[in-house]
Amino acid sequence: MSDISNLFKKFSLVLTALLYIAFSTPSFASEAEGESTEFNASEVILHHVMDDHVWHLWDGHYGTIHLPIIVYSSERGLDLFSSSNFYDEHHNVVEYNGYNLEHNHIYLSGSGEQVFDLSITKNVAMLLINATVLLLVFLSVAKGFKNNAGKAPKGVQSFFEPIIVFVRDEIVKPNIGHHYEKYLPYLLTLFFFILFGNLLGLLPGAANLTGNIAVTLTLAVLTFIITNVSGNKGYWSHIFWTPGVPLPLRIVILPVEIIGIFTKPFSLTVRLFVAITAGHIVLLSLISLAFIFQSVTVGFVSSLIVLFINLIELLVAGIQAYVFTLFSSLYIGMATEDHGHHDGH
Amino acid sequence: MELLTPGTGLIIWQLIVFIALFFLLSKLAWKPIINSLKERETSIQEALDTAEKARAEMAKLTSDNERLLKEARVERDKILKEAREASNRMKDEAQSDAKKTADKIVEDARAAINIEKQAALREVKEQVALFSIEIAERLMKKNLAADKAQKDLVEGYIKDLKLN
Repeated sequence: MSDISNLFKKFSLVLTALLYIAFSTPSFASEAEGESTEFNASEVILHHVMDDHVWHLWDGHYGTIHLPIIVYSSERGLDLFSSSNFYDEHHNVVEYNGYNLEHNHIYLSGSGEQVFDLSITKNVAMLLINATVLLLVFLSVAKGFKNNAGKAPKGVQSFFEPIIVFVRDEIVKPNIGHHYEKYLPYLLTLFFFILFGNLLGLLPGAANLTGNIAVTLTLAVLTFIITNVSGNKGYWSHIFWTPGVPLPLRIVILPVEIIGIFTKPFSLTVRLFVAITAGHIVLLSLISLAFIFQSVTVGFVSSLIVLFINLIELLVAGIQAYVFTLFSSLYIGMATEDHGHHDGH
Repeated sequence: MELLTPGTGLIIWQLIVFIALFFLLSKLAWKPIINSLKERETSIQEALDTAEKARAEMAKLTSDNERLLKEARVERDKILKEAREASNRMKDEAQSDAKKTADKIVEDARAAINIEKQAALREVKEQVALFSIEIAERLMKKNLAADKAQKDLVEGYIKDLKLN
């Protein structure tokens, strides 16, 4: 133990020294470089965090993947073309075939009306990659179970088996109760979708899929639908006519309970979105420091911190998948709970 | 703000892909995985139960063996005791029989001796009577003159009698 704490002390000492050097010499660095190109950190970060019609990996000719665009408008009908059509050879946005691309939204050039955008954006591509990885991994796990039936688990199977058992025994079973098996496939899919999405999103160049509010909203709405569809009499009577509470209070509680139905998916949506997006913003901000200060020293120090934050992000990836699944199970469990023994309180 | 507005296109894609993923994984992955997990758990539980039962049976068998051994020992002791008693009884019986037989023999012998004695006495008496008659006869025949001579004669005869 003392060895580790000693190491940490030394490490933090070195880090502080480097930080001191780094922040005491910015004027020198920027003077040396001049002010030819303005680096806009917030623009870069938001660009990385948000959805896009192209997948920009690095600068240069082959660094950008032009994704297909699928649009629908009542005027023009369904249209499919490559997003490369929106860019000329100097990477400037141009009009194509009567469509305009402005801030990632596609408008009709004539009427200026926004079209219904079903494009394979960066996040949709990431979504498909995520789904493919999930299918490949878990089909191989299932194959492992089939091949090693009655034997000890092997390979990928032995890696994922404890996680599946953890989700079943620690998240789903205690929160839903004896009829948990009906909801287990959904919650397992949810858990691994978020976990893989979080982890894949940490890869360099990857899209911020699980940190996109559209994705988290969809997942939360699915949980919301399942919760309220499987809600039993006890659940609804708790909301509309809370038992064991004086009559005047019941009237006060009613709107609170109804708001409560909707705050649950809202909190699910925002929690995952914020946790993952914030992590990405922190990582990108730290990396941006090097470009803001135009200093190798800052780059070195911020890389060390980025490494550390990245480890935390790995932790967050697991925690957020766990929390989302946990709360989903909890809500479903609350809605399907047996209220037979409820007269006491 | 752009970041906080969910894109409709992405929502639709997410819905389609996630639901498709859910059905595919449920059918092809979760169902076999959960079933095999459950199967394995029940088989492990069964194996543990069987082992527990076997152990209990072993313990029961051992205690049974001990009980049997104890019973056998008690039985053996009982048999030995009975045998000893029987042999003692037989010995006693033999002894008493022998004694009875011996007593009877002695009794018989005594009875025989008595009979013999009676017979002998009767003979002696008869003999004495004969002798007396003979002496009386001779006395009469000699015409005894003197008492002295008579007396001598009787004494002489008594002497003879003694010699006999």
